[in-house]
Amino acid sequence: MRLRNPLVLAAGILGTGAQLLARVAENGAGMVTTKSCGPSPREGHPNPTVLDWGHGLINAVGLANPGVDEGVKIIARAKEILEPLGLPLAASIFAETVKGFAQVARKIADAQPDFIELNISCPNVSHEFGRPFACDAGDAARVTGAVKEVTSIPIIVKLSPNVTDIALIARSVEQAGADAIAAINTLGPGMIIDIYSGQPVLANRVGGVSGPAIRPVAVRCVYDIYEAVEIPIIGIGGVGDGRDALEMVMAGATAVGVGSAVRYGGLEVFQTILEEMRAFMVEEGHTNLNQLRGIAHR
Amino acid sequence: MLPRPMRIAQITQEAIRVKTFTLAGELVADPGQFVMVWLPRVDEKPFSLVSDDPLTLTVAKVGPFSARLHELKVGDRLWIRGPLGRGFNIAGQRPLLVGGGYGVAPLAFLASRATEVSHKVAVVGAATKDDLFFEARLAASGCEVVVVTEDCSAGEGGLCTDVAEALLTEQHFDGVYACGPEAMLDKAEELCRQHGIPGQLSKEAHMRCGMGVCGSCQRDGLLVCRDGPVFDLEPETSQSASQS
Ligand SMILES: Cc1cc2nc3c(=O)[nH]c(=O)nc-3n(C[C@H](O)[C@H](O)[C@H](O)COP(=O)(O)OP(=O)(O)OC[C@H]3O[C@@H](n4cnc5c(N)ncnc54)[C@H](O)[C@@H]3O)c2cc1C
Ligand SMILES: Cc1cc2nc3c(=O)[nH]c(=O)nc-3n(C[C@H](O)[C@H](O)[C@H](O)COP(=O)(O)O)c2cc1C
Repeated sequence: MRLRNPLVLAAGILGTGAQLLARVAENGAGMVTTKSCGPSPREGHPNPTVLDWGHGLINAVGLANPGVDEGVKIIARAKEILEPLGLPLAASIFAETVKGFAQVARKIADAQPDFIELNISCPNVSHEFGRPFACDAGDAARVTGAVKEVTSIPIIVKLSPNVTDIALIARSVEQAGADAIAAINTLGPGMIIDIYSGQPVLANRVGGVSGPAIRPVAVRCVYDIYEAVEIPIIGIGGVGDGRDALEMVMAGATAVGVGSAVRYGGLEVFQTILEEMRAFMVEEGHTNLNQLRGIAHR
Repeated sequence: MLPRPMRIAQITQEAIRVKTFTLAGELVADPGQFVMVWLPRVDEKPFSLVSDDPLTLTVAKVGPFSARLHELKVGDRLWIRGPLGRGFNIAGQRPLLVGGGYGVAPLAFLASRATEVSHKVAVVGAATKDDLFFEARLAASGCEVVVVTEDCSAGEGGLCTDVAEALLTEQHFDGVYACGPEAMLDKAEELCRQHGIPGQLSKEAHMRCGMGVCGSCQRDGLLVCRDGPVFDLEPETSQSASQS
């Protein structure tokens, strides 16, 4: 699989409808990821669910989604628009159990996404779901293996930064058959308290932290994962401009995910990042992004 | 931008289910823009601005959150995130404003800003005369106001779009500015197409982030919170659509 450019729309950002996904692609993304879809419809958490706290976002959307039966239709419609343009789509899925992951994957496969991304790392549903699978090498491998068994569609496993040794988890999912790794999901969970009411602002009280504030953590995670595995890495976390995207590549990312930056730069942010990357390459006399991949390790 | 607390300076009962909250604070905003209003431990929902200085909101009591807002007293606080979204922008000299229900709220702000505009007509629609509000406010901003009630208890009887249709046939307008229930907006869109004039329609959708990130409010690929809530209907497309 080749992408026309390394930028990927991260899961849970604007991935709620076929036309919206197509619009992100028209605005320059090399690949788009759909909002994580689970076995059955979920309302998600009550508002407030997403806040800009000044140095990034914090969210507890709580995996709101229409369920896989509706999700598969959205993906099929999106594929109809994206396929002729040669633009790949990753379908993000989640479930509460290993078996649930396999069931959702089997259903989602009907829509023929180019990748299935396993969201085993959402930090803001842990009071319902327990500790995310991405926090244990064994659990992460079991989910990956179970999904590999039911589909031949390539699998991306999305990892959590909220672990002591992300390289260990990465190695474990690679051994279980993962075709690529996406890292990182949101950091935390974190909390913001309104000092006038003395109350946490998110209705869920805690939420995943994203955006500029988490970039150094994301870059370090990608760096650690690159040391541990051979499969490609989608580096995600706080990327907002061309410099940030190149930093991810130098840490070892093959593709670069963009999420929260849409808040600051709108849909045009994809085009802006690409232009800034190109300008840097020309200025510094680089001809191929592959030559920059992982250079921080040398 | 975290929610910012503001105290209620004044509360006005506008109609049986409608109250206006004047806050002790201001924003810099355009008519048609909205804020997310948060009450700790309750909820956070979108409301249009009626004025940005002082910040003023008009709330119809339709469910649990608006009921909680209606319980608030002068001196109580509510929390505001915004202004958010794209608002109205009067382009011509002969605008027709069409508001149904609390859709009248942002139109009052629009009219108050359009002081340079020579001829503005506002159609104000409500279910009954007890639901009517802002006729006086719109008139004070220089609008010729036409009142419409569904049960004929005040003004003309029928829907505000029926009256708008008649006005568009009788007089020349160079733009329609509408806010209200979905069916009303669909009709307003149809009228713009028929008459080949531009329109700006303020739409609604379930909102979460309010800043174009989560995709909750998307409709046909557009984000109501960031691309809207006010959407332009271009005259070119209205012409070609009416021909096709
Ligand atoms: C951009 C935007 C601007 C808005 N501006 C305003 C505003 O200026 N003033 C205002 O009062 N509201 C405004 N709203 C709507 C407001 O957010 C809702 O009325 C609010 O969600 C009500 O919450 P609730 O919990 O009280 O009722 P909900 O439980 O959300 O609704 C209760 C029931 O009433 C219905 N309902 C919701 N709104 C209305 C309505 N207006 N008329 C009749 N039935 C309704 C719902 O479908 C539901 O069945 C705006 C919405 C958007 C998206
Ligand atoms: C509002 C919001 C919703 C998200 N929803 C999901 C989701 O459904 N599935 C998922 O795997 N990641 C989700 N994420 C995490 C992002 O995909 C991404 O990993 C994270 O935000 C870090 O990247 P960023 O800093 O570029 O946003 C969400 C992030 C945000 C801000």
